Amino acid sequence: MNQWPFIIAAYAIGIVGTVAVTALSYLRMRRAERQASALTRRD
Amino acid sequence: MHIFANPARFLSIARPLTPWLGWIGGAMIAAALYAGLLITPPDYLQGESVRIMYIHVPAAWLGMGGWTGIAVASLMQLIWRHPLASVAARAIAVPGALFAAICLVTGSLWGRPTWGTYWEWDGRLTSMLVLFFLYIAYIALSSAGAERGSSDRISAIFGVVGAINIPIIHYSVEWWRTLHQGQSIGLGGSKIDSSLLWPLLVSTLGFSLLFGAIVLMRMRAMLAETKVEARLKRMTAE
Repeated sequence: MNQWPFIIAAYAIGIVGTVAVTALSYLRMRRAERQASALTRRD
Repeated sequence: MHIFANPARFLSIARPLTPWLGWIGGAMIAAALYAGLLITPPDYLQGESVRIMYIHVPAAWLGMGGWTGIAVASLMQLIWRHPLASVAARAIAVPGALFAAICLVTGSLWGRPTWGTYWEWDGRLTSMLVLFFLYIAYIALSSAGAERGSSDRISAIFGVVGAINIPIIHYSVEWWRTLHQGQSIGLGGSKIDSSLLWPLLVSTLGFSLLFGAIVLMRMRAMLAETKVEARLKRMTAE
């Protein structure tokens, strides 16, 4: 059995999942902190 | 731990720490996965499929470590009413669930060429699946708790009680000797050859640092969202 398709699929799932959760967490943090600092400036 | 109870003090540490953890962790992961795919030799028994270990083992470590973090934070919330403890526990839940899922899927992809099957109701596989379901239940409970405030205590109790599954996962390969291999790395040393071991250690450390960065980013987001919500409520009241 050729094992490489299984290896490539495992790496793809691992990398895509990790990049996705990192990017989504970063975007959520940036949006929330921008909103917070905008409100602070308005006061 | 109590010195971090103040959100302002926590943020003064978390802000500079987040990019360092993220970039160093990311670089270590890239180096380890490159080495795992292209430099390390195939295993004498499992062949090329052993390369899945460099994703699967760190994912398992973070899935279990994540719940341990939730349990510790939940205990701190219940005992000392640490103001950041519930924020930390909620910040760990989603990445913890993701890594538990990655562990299950990559384990399945490892199992097919190694054992001849994607899934078996083996002690390790089943207890890891239970951990994934515990994460989903915790996310649902803590989301409801964050909206209502009152049931936050319930999710903390759930976080502590769910930690019973962690030693079950760890010892499952000793208690029920079925398909999953036994422990390869312990306090006494490693059964893995050093030519295969070093990228695993780099990968596990790299994923752990990145996990730390992800949790800090999510905690910072939750604190900022709480601040915005409180300010908007105050503005509406005025």
